Amino acid sequence: MSISEMNFLQRMLYILQEYSGSLLKGAATTMAIAIICTLLGCVIGFAVGLVQTIEPHRKDGLFKRGFLKVVKFILNAYVEIFRGTPMMLQAAFIYYGMSSVFGINLGMWSAAIIIVSVNTGAYMAETVRGGILSVDPGQREGARAIGMSQFQTMILVILPQALRNIMPQIGNNLIINIKDTCVLSIIGTVELFFTFKSISGALYTYFEAATVTMIIYFVLTFACSRILRYIESRMDGPSNFDLATTDTLAFTSGLTRYDSKKGGTC
Amino acid sequence: METILKVEHLVKTFGTNEVLKDIDFNVSKGDVISIIGSSGSGKSTLLRCINMLEEATGGRILYHGKDILRGEIDEDTYRTKVGMVFQSFNLFNNYTVLENCIIGQTHVLKRGKEEAKAKALKYLSKVGMELYINAKPRQLSGGQKQRVAIARALAMDPEILLFDEPTSALDPEMVGEVLDVMMNLAKSGMTMLVVTHEMAFARSVSNRVVYMADGRIEEEGSPEEIFSSPKSQRTKDFLSRFNDK
Ligand SMILES: Nc1ncnc2c1ncn2[C@@H]1O[C@H](COP(=O)(O)OP(=O)(O)O)[C@@H](O)[C@H]1O
Ligand SMILES: [Mg+2]
Repeated sequence: MSISEMNFLQRMLYILQEYSGSLLKGAATTMAIAIICTLLGCVIGFAVGLVQTIEPHRKDGLFKRGFLKVVKFILNAYVEIFRGTPMMLQAAFIYYGMSSVFGINLGMWSAAIIIVSVNTGAYMAETVRGGILSVDPGQREGARAIGMSQFQTMILVILPQALRNIMPQIGNNLIINIKDTCVLSIIGTVELFFTFKSISGALYTYFEAATVTMIIYFVLTFACSRILRYIESRMDGPSNFDLATTDTLAFTSGLTRYDSKKGGTC
Repeated sequence: METILKVEHLVKTFGTNEVLKDIDFNVSKGDVISIIGSSGSGKSTLLRCINMLEEATGGRILYHGKDILRGEIDEDTYRTKVGMVFQSFNLFNNYTVLENCIIGQTHVLKRGKEEAKAKALKYLSKVGMELYINAKPRQLSGGQKQRVAIARALAMDPEILLFDEPTSALDPEMVGEVLDVMMNLAKSGMTMLVVTHEMAFARSVSNRVVYMADGRIEEEGSPEEIFSSPKSQRTKDFLSRFNDK
């Protein structure tokens, strides 16, 4: 039976059978780029967002103030430019521009990862800045009052809470990245969308190929959003806590369960 | 008694607003000093200047003779010696009760894990919160949070504890449990500086009472002097508002 004689379902099955290898490979590439770039983007975002929340100290000299100003200006420009232009054009600009103007041949993988990470970083910077500012100022004072340095206060108290606050946005970024890596097909990265284009080009079955690919995208994004929810609830810890008994205090055994909702032991 | 803290001609301005005007007083070992006064008189600002959460604009704060405003002692080291208990508790939301009482010891004082834990449990027992070591702050009542905050401060072995209206954010039925803890602390010889509106506490627990008005110390003396025979008319007026109740 040739593909033109098949019905919709048969064509989808055919695509799955014939192209399962390339579809899986495309999906894996998409996920690899999305996860790596979301993580790298978070690192960039935390660094940039952190610097943007630094206020000069009263005692700082003119040089230190000026330096901070210049750094903040550059970081601001970075955030605005990468948020303000399409990633597809950035990809073309960096990948082709680097080789034709500077003679630097970025491999496709490194180009892909740089572009998506730097993009994610630009979005995350603003998110992180907001996340840090949303932590109650009392937390900082509590930490400073027991003698923690600025750095310890940030690392031990503020950033963990900021991270928890922005977990939903990190998840959002991951899902956006899973979908948006499709713009990398412009520089020839063989990810899921590129695979879709090859299949539909070879078989002339756009509708079925699109359906199959969309289902795969959806499974990927849905699975990720569930996993992230789980991670968030793990970060929150249990809603109940174990009421220590005199035994545990003596470092032996025995815990009673305290249900904070019921407000008593049970 | 040995003088721990000497505050001389302390001035603090926010912009053009002079909030503290020429404050002078001393804290000796074992003192329990209550600072009273109406809202806006500068009580919180005074405490915050003393532990350097705010930088004083002028004057001197001498800790065992060393001027903290001129950097004669490292700021973070000094802060471990001067604990602070806040109106809004400020427990670390991302840690359990036990971790709240350990983290400063391990990271600031560089104590070992076991020693820090033993010390944390000792002070948590002292404030009656030893059963709640696994709870997160959000799972506790206001009174419980404040008791943990006191244990957290004590675990650093401070020389002085500052309290900024520790019971003002609490439901009335929880005020007692926190005051009890503070009373026991005072009896055990802890040096304390307490900003409070609890006149019964100021009268019965402290050995000195400072009445502040408009950024100045209006009157200072023993509880007996301040509550029974205040010299200043302003002090009388202020206290009469509490007697009416
Ligand atoms: N960070 C600040 N910036 C500007 N003004 C402040 C600041 N903190 C306190 N003040 C002002 O200082 C005065 C004294 O405040 P505060 O010390 O909180 O008084 P109290 O604790 O006795 O109620 C108030 O007029 C208040 O508005
Ligand atoms: Mg106050």
